[in-house]
Parts: sequence; C-alpha cells; structure tokens
Amino acid sequence: MDTTFSTEDTKFQLEVRTFIDQNYPKSLRESINTKRKNGEELSRDDLTAWHKVLGAHNGWSAPGWPAKFGGAEFTPTQKYIFEQECARAECQYIIPFGINMCAPVIYTFGNEEQKAQHLPGILSGETFWCQGYSEPGSGSDLASLKTAAVKEGDHYIVNGQKTWTTLAQHADWIFCLVRTNPEAAKPQEGISFLLIDMKTPGISIRPIYLMDGTNEVNEVWFDNVKVPVENLIGTENQGWTYAKFLLAHERSGIAGVARSKKAIERIKQIAASEMSYGEPLIQDPAFIRKIADAELELTALEYTELRTLAKDSAGKGPGAESSILKIKGTDLQQRVTELAMEAVGYYANPHIGTSLSNEFVGPDYATNLSGTYFNFRKASIYGGSNEIQRNIIAKMVLGL
Amino acid sequence: MDFNFTEEQTLLENMVTSFVRDNYPWEAREAIVKTEEGWKPENWSQFAELGLLGVPFAEEFGGLGGSVVDTMIVMEQFGKGLVVEPYMPSVVLAGGLISSLGSKEQVESIIPNIISGDVRYAFAHSEPQSRFDLFDVKTSAAVSGDDFILNGFKSVVFGGPIATHLIISARTSGDQRDTNGITLFLVDKKSEGLTLQNYPTIDEYRASEVVIENLKVSKDMVLGEVDNAYNAIDENIDRSTIAVCAEAVGILEVLKDATIDYCKNRKQFGQAIGKNQSIQHRLVDMMIEYEQSKSILYMACTSNLSDPTSRKKAVSAAKARIGKAIKYVGENAIQLHGGMGMVDEYLVSHYFKRATMLGVLFGNEDYHMKRFSDITQANVSKITDSNTSHIT
Repeated sequence: MDTTFSTEDTKFQLEVRTFIDQNYPKSLRESINTKRKNGEELSRDDLTAWHKVLGAHNGWSAPGWPAKFGGAEFTPTQKYIFEQECARAECQYIIPFGINMCAPVIYTFGNEEQKAQHLPGILSGETFWCQGYSEPGSGSDLASLKTAAVKEGDHYIVNGQKTWTTLAQHADWIFCLVRTNPEAAKPQEGISFLLIDMKTPGISIRPIYLMDGTNEVNEVWFDNVKVPVENLIGTENQGWTYAKFLLAHERSGIAGVARSKKAIERIKQIAASEMSYGEPLIQDPAFIRKIADAELELTALEYTELRTLAKDSAGKGPGAESSILKIKGTDLQQRVTELAMEAVGYYANPHIGTSLSNEFVGPDYATNLSGTYFNFRKASIYGGSNEIQRNIIAKMVLGL
Repeated sequence: MDFNFTEEQTLLENMVTSFVRDNYPWEAREAIVKTEEGWKPENWSQFAELGLLGVPFAEEFGGLGGSVVDTMIVMEQFGKGLVVEPYMPSVVLAGGLISSLGSKEQVESIIPNIISGDVRYAFAHSEPQSRFDLFDVKTSAAVSGDDFILNGFKSVVFGGPIATHLIISARTSGDQRDTNGITLFLVDKKSEGLTLQNYPTIDEYRASEVVIENLKVSKDMVLGEVDNAYNAIDENIDRSTIAVCAEAVGILEVLKDATIDYCKNRKQFGQAIGKNQSIQHRLVDMMIEYEQSKSILYMACTSNLSDPTSRKKAVSAAKARIGKAIKYVGENAIQLHGGMGMVDEYLVSHYFKRATMLGVLFGNEDYHMKRFSDITQANVSKITDSNTSHIT
C-alpha cells in the first residue's frame, strides 16, 4: 500500500502543470471572470475553448479513452493528477456529454462507421453533444420513457419530448433513448439508443430558466424527425444495457473531489477576508467546524475514489460502487456551495445581470455565490437522484 | 499509487484471520471475559509464537520490522473478533514508546522480552483532569539522590491489569499543562508505592486506576531524556490511534454485515424488513460510512508520519471521521436489530459497545476535529485578487 507518486508520476504532474500554465487561454479566464461579474451566461466558445486546446494535445481532452481512439488512456494515478491540476488552476470544466458519456458507448457498442464519424469531433471539441434521457413523465423511472422511434424504410421516425436537456441550445448532436418496441414484456426491453443530428427538421428547443436565472436546461421536442437507421447504436431494443453502462461511467466522473477541494481552499480565504463577531470569520469555531467537517468527508471521499479507480484499473469496470461517489460527491458539492454563500453574509443577496441591474456591487469573490448554491441543488437530483443511487446500491451491492 | 497488500502482508492477514476464527468463536470469548483476569495467557503465548508481538519492532531485536500498515492489518482482524487481549496498549503503544525513547541497553533488554511475551508493559499516562490533553500531567517526580520519588494518580490505564511493568509519566519540571517537563519512568508493577485498582470496562476489556505514593524509581529507569518525553508521547499516541482506527474499522464491518444479514432474514408483515426502502437506504448509508472510514484509515496509514504536522493532521482526520461513523453505524445496527440489538447474549451489542469506547480512546470526534482544524485553519491568507470564486 503506497500513495506516494512515483518519479514518472511526479514528472507527469509537472508536465500537466506546465502545460496548463502555458496553454490555458488567458482570454478565456478573463471572459469567464467578466461574464460572471456581469451576470452573463457562458457562450459555446467559453464552454469549449479549453476542451479544444486539450483535444489537440495527445488526447488530453479524453483522459479515460483508449489510445486507439485518440484518447490519453491515463493510468488511474494520472487521471487523479490531471484532475487535481485542472482544479488547482481553476480551468473551465469539460462538458461531459460527449467525452464521458456518449463516446464510451460509441467505442464500446458502436460500429466502425459510427466510431469514425463521431469520435474525432468529440475528442477535438468541435462537436457539441447533449443527452436525451429524461422526459416529463420519466425522471427516476427512466425506463418508462415514451419518445417513440418507428422504423420506416431506412429511417426511424421520432416523436416525443425530452426535458432537462443540459445545454441543448449549443448542441450539434443529441444521444437519445427512444422506445422502439412499445409491446415489450418489460419497459426496459423496448428501448434503443439513437444518435440524432440537432439540425434535423422537426426538432425544436424551448429554454427552461432555473431558480438562479440561468438557461442551463431545455425541453427538446421531436415532431416526425427522420433519423437514418445507421444512427442506431448496437442492436435495436438493447438500448437499456448501453444506458446503464453509460450511467455507471457518468457516476464515476461525477464526484468532483479535486474541485471541491480547491473550493474549500477558496472558502477559507473568503472566511479570512470576512468579519464575524469582530474577528475574521475563519476564527469562528462554529464556521470552522463546518469547514473541517467538509474537509474530512472530502479526504475520505478522495481515498474512496482512489480505491475505486484502483479497482477499475484491475479490470473491473465502474460498478454499482460508483454510486457512492455520486452520493457523497454531490453532497459535498452542495455543502461547499452552501458554505461559500454563508461565508459572504449579506453579499449573498445581490443578483446582478438581470434586466433590472447590471452594475456590479460587493466584493469580487462574493459574485453569484448564492446563485451557485441554488443552482447546485440540482446535483443530488441529476444523473439518477441520490435516492435512486441508494436503491441501486441496496439491490446490486447489498443484495437486498 | 496502490492499495494492495504485499505478499507478506496478505500472509499476516490470513494468519490473524485464522487465529481469530480458531480461538475467538463467540463462546470462547464469553468464557475469557468472564474470568477473573479477563484475558487468556495462552492467547498471548500464541501471539508470541505467531510473531504477532514482534510486528512493529525492528528485525535486529527479533521483530518483524513491520510498518503502520502491518499493525493496521492485525488490529482490523482483532476488531472483527473483539479480541480482548490488550495488544494495542502493550505492543503498539508501550512497545512503541520504548522503541523510540529507550537507550540501547533498555531497548536490547526489554523489546526481545516483549516479543517473546515474557513481559507486558502498559502506559500509565492519563489523569482525571487531563481528558485528552497529552501534556496535562500532575503526577510529580522529584529528585532524591540517585532516585526519583513519584506521587500522583493515573486513570483508566488500559492493559494495566495484565501488565508486568508500567511506563509512568510524571512532571519533573514546569506547570501542569506545559509540554516541557514531562518524563517517563519504567516501573516494575510489583514496586512498593504502586497500588492498582483493576476493573472491567463496559465493553468487557480491563483497565486500572493507579495510585502512586512515594514510588522510588532509580534514575536508570528513566525512559528517554528527563523533561523531554512529550513529543514521543504525542507521536506514539498518534500511531496507536491509527491502530484504534483499524480496530474500529474491523468492528464497523462486522456491524454493517450483521445488520444487512439480519434485515434480509427478519420477516415482518409477510416480508423481510430489508425490502422496505427506509431500511435499505439506512443500510446503504451504513455501508457508505464503513467505506469512508476504511478510506480515511488508508489515508492515515499512507500519510507522512515522520512529519509532525502531516501526522497530526492525518491521524486527527481519521479518528474524527471514524468517530462519526462509529455512532452512525453502531446506533443504527442496534436500531435495525430491534429488541435483539439490545440483548447481551447477541453479538451486535458487544461490537457496538466496543466501537463506542474506541470512539473515545485517545480523543473523541470533537477533540480530533479541533486538533485537525487548528492545523488546517491556521495561516489562511486573505483574498487580494479581483477574481470571482470558482466554487464548483
């Protein structure tokens, strides 16, 4: 048992750190900072600029992909180091829908044409993907989805509605779960996995505004959308298998340990800058206790993730244990956003960038911390709610 | 980076596992804890034969030269079996103090005898007022010719009843709560001036109250330097705290598994109670608490223990986090077992009691939270940039 870095790992750490130093676009940092202060949403360019830089460098945009598909194929330790370094430098995160979700399904279950058509664009960041899973009537009970795909000649005709579709407004492609056999004995058995070009006639997007005022998610409507049969992944009616595979992948990346760690550092600095009872807030025992509590949980989670990664590299793919990472990781993200908001006291209030005001007030570090807190209530709901994750563990791990 | 045991460590684990399986079935343990002495000398001889008493000691003295991971392996299995022989107090803690502070002669004469099982030491340190503060020592040692004369009182000394010798801490200078001025003394338990009141603990282990009245100790029996024992005490208690954490993790595993089993088998309203979602989610949270405890134990075992700040931070993180898990897993194990959880003749109550007392040992959750945050919240700088905060 040894958690020290080998010489190669230390060299790799330096390599990543230097690369970020020299290649993270300065203009991106400035653009994001300015937009935050003005209460503007990030553009597609903001969201993909860093992805594109990494995609052009040894497949670093795809740490987990096998090298034969252009990925970096990092070892577990390298993945860990890479995430640490990106969080340390506060790099914009990579939108996961293409890289972490759709691509592993394509290279595991897709055919050669599909791999050749889609993987390069996902890797480079040129193609923007979104995820067509949830429907108005199908949240946690995903298998009850109704969006229908009926085969007519060499096309599927798709009708129905997806919802909570993150960043669909930027997307070139959507990967969808659709019902191809409404008569199947079990709802899971009649589902297929379909890739759909967002420019196809009949698709419309309606924005949903969340409680922090952002248009992060959307409704996506399908009205007689013609999708070539070549866009079916794997076998018709086997989509549920691929969907479950994808969800396990999604969960393992979802913990966000390195970013939460970095956030706690920042919160401590905020607490050193804010006053409470006539002293810096960082000296308030009640606040300190909450920070320490989060730090302990995060330390434990960091090692739980490392243990899971070690198991993955031993050939066992991410199993139901990755549900632990989802539950604890999102719990910590929420705690961290709460502590940050709490740290700035009254300056949690200003909401800049609405039609009513775009004049910035308060300390820069306090910008939109309450918005982030409200926004992150989503974390325990998406990707299979944390209650569903507990159901999964109860069934798959504890055998209940 | 890897979390695997070496081949030797796997052998060690298998050896301790089979010792526990063969010697610690429930009835055997019940018989031991009901004896007057509260331990089984034959078990100690077996520890010696198996080499377990030598795990943490250097090979030149007949030890295994084991690391903190090796100690963890032993303690985790001992936890699973609720082994009552005081391995941690005697071998890890007292043995550790002698190894780190003893003169060449002391180490050479004592350690081989600890490894052979012929002598057993216990560390008489805590006092009624000291709670978890390792520097708070009132017991005094005054120079008198070639001797020191000790007077004072030591409380809840684990391993005291079965010890042949004690290591007694006493103040040779400074005020009651100074870190400087603490000295350790090696004392034969039969010495005049020592009175031990032995008693069973709520979790069926044994401890002693030690009254020290004009105890004469020769200067040769000072362990380490006069006045300078504090850092070694702090370090060895930290290393022993990792052992305590490992024992607790072993216990948590048993509590979790026993409760899952029980909920699969116990039927009410025509079905297993484990079919109820409210119970399933509780069991999942118990499992997560166990996994998080194991993870933070691994963190502590692989941290840099030779740097005091890193060591304190790691050990306190582990003890505080595991302390929290002990309450959650322990209390819910009882709750989900219902009335069966309450009874003395069923095993979960015994594991719960032991885990709870381990939660207190060498500092409870609050103590270690404070010790952890005193390190991590110190010297934080104010924000001077004009950046917004990337919180997620």
